[in-house]
Amino acid sequence: MSRVLIIAEHDGRQLSLSTARAVACATALEAEAVEVAVLAGAADDLAQRAAKLEGVTHVIVIEHPANQYPIAAVWAPQIVALAEGYSHILAPSTTFGKDLLPRIAACLGVPQISDLMKVITATRFERPIYAGNAIETVEAHGIIVATVRSASFKAVGESGAAPIERKTLSVELPGHTRFLGVQASSAGGRPDLQSARIVVSGGRGVGSKENFERLYALAERLGAAVGASRAAVDAGYVPNDMQVGQTGKIIAPDLYLAFGVSGAIQHLAGIKDAGTIVAVNKDPDAPIFEVADIGLVGDLFEVIPELQRQLQA
Amino acid sequence: MKILVSVKRVVDYNVRIQLKPDGSGVLTEGVKMSTNPFDEIALEEAIRLKERGMASEIVAVTIGNPAAQEQLRSALAMGAERAVHVVTPIAVQPLNAAKILTALVKREAPDLVLMGKQAIDDDCGQTPQMLAALLAWPQATFASRIELAGRTATVTREIDAGLERLAVDLPAVISTDLRLNEPRYIKLPDIMKARKKTIETLTIAELGVELSEELNVLAVSAPAARRKGKRVGTVSELVMALKEKGAL
Repeated sequence: MSRVLIIAEHDGRQLSLSTARAVACATALEAEAVEVAVLAGAADDLAQRAAKLEGVTHVIVIEHPANQYPIAAVWAPQIVALAEGYSHILAPSTTFGKDLLPRIAACLGVPQISDLMKVITATRFERPIYAGNAIETVEAHGIIVATVRSASFKAVGESGAAPIERKTLSVELPGHTRFLGVQASSAGGRPDLQSARIVVSGGRGVGSKENFERLYALAERLGAAVGASRAAVDAGYVPNDMQVGQTGKIIAPDLYLAFGVSGAIQHLAGIKDAGTIVAVNKDPDAPIFEVADIGLVGDLFEVIPELQRQLQA
Repeated sequence: MKILVSVKRVVDYNVRIQLKPDGSGVLTEGVKMSTNPFDEIALEEAIRLKERGMASEIVAVTIGNPAAQEQLRSALAMGAERAVHVVTPIAVQPLNAAKILTALVKREAPDLVLMGKQAIDDDCGQTPQMLAALLAWPQATFASRIELAGRTATVTREIDAGLERLAVDLPAVISTDLRLNEPRYIKLPDIMKARKKTIETLTIAELGVELSEELNVLAVSAPAARRKGKRVGTVSELVMALKEKGAL
């Protein structure tokens, strides 16, 4: 039987939704134990939130001043010290999990599975390769260390009540890495890109930072998050954390509205699991139309105001 | 300061990949191959550090079949001094790549290892972190800015929440993200000059690396196709179609 350890992702105040999605993946493993490790500077609130996640059987709290920020080289030896007895160690496939889990796997001397998207058995999984243009079925032996592709799992509910246990580890922590700060980009109070039900997205066709304001206005009307293609980020229209795609965020909103996005395969990799994809582009041959459920060939600067007007009506 | 840069030969990012009919993998024969784009960014950063007088030597390394020599020739033409090719007929997975690189790091004793954050073929994104783990070195992944001062690198990292800054003591492993720089084009005279530079070839056995068990790849298949969509002619039709789907 499987015993799963999930490393909680948080910003010191909130657990990420991706953590609740990783719990859903553990549930799919039909594990007898699903335990969440909360490493933090001050863990009380976080631990209580983790304890509510349905399917979690146990929350382990490792409170330490050095755990305030998720420095992989500091967290990895602690997880390794905890690892014994678990069949699986999971974390979300966000920049957090992608940074941390390979380090843990290497310390344990086992391979790591990136972007686990489907559980076939407790040891067999599917994962995307080549920007999602192929799916690899892999089998692992020994302790399984995997990052969970958040877009592939629906977050579990919050009606659980798992016991919380504090642990103190005697692990030597390295001092060679120092956290200096995070410059969070202001999403202007818009919903989070990775959990929003609707995402409005812009590409190079939007043309400027100022023009992105039109997308923000439409997003506000729809209660949507705003994303962007790599081209728009590279051009400096929007900050890096809005990038959707193979090397940015992989998202699965119910509705994805792409304006002036050409649809490079690297971008499409980030939106394959969206419920409905709408594409508006001047170029009738833009590859985005190949994946769009609804395509409209037209000028986004005419379409967006008209769309706003009709939505208000 | 010496910098080690790893490069990987991958299917070019513009190629629409084809699956082998027997489901064993992706066709690479007769397909345009290139250096992994993230690795070119790593190499470009090393060259810029050298041009600013902050690095003295750049060694490019690859692990791969004999054809991967082409990637080392490009790296030498771009600006690496030397190259090491660990020849292996079968591609290795990240943990074993990290083991091989660990052996190379012990041989070369670099102060900094610069690597692409992921290869665009397997999309694993693991090898830099695994290498840092095996060496017990600090790691700074997804770098969009690197500042060196003495024995410390201050790295700006592209993370989901925005931009994070981390200071790491050298030696360290840094993995590079898209916006760190824009790699230069290789000029013809540099290609000619690079022919005089040496590529050392080694086998895994010569490096004394014992490989560990890898993930067993059972099948490679096509992703589920999205059903065919439709075109609409006006915004009204678009709104109507969205309402029909219950998407609004």
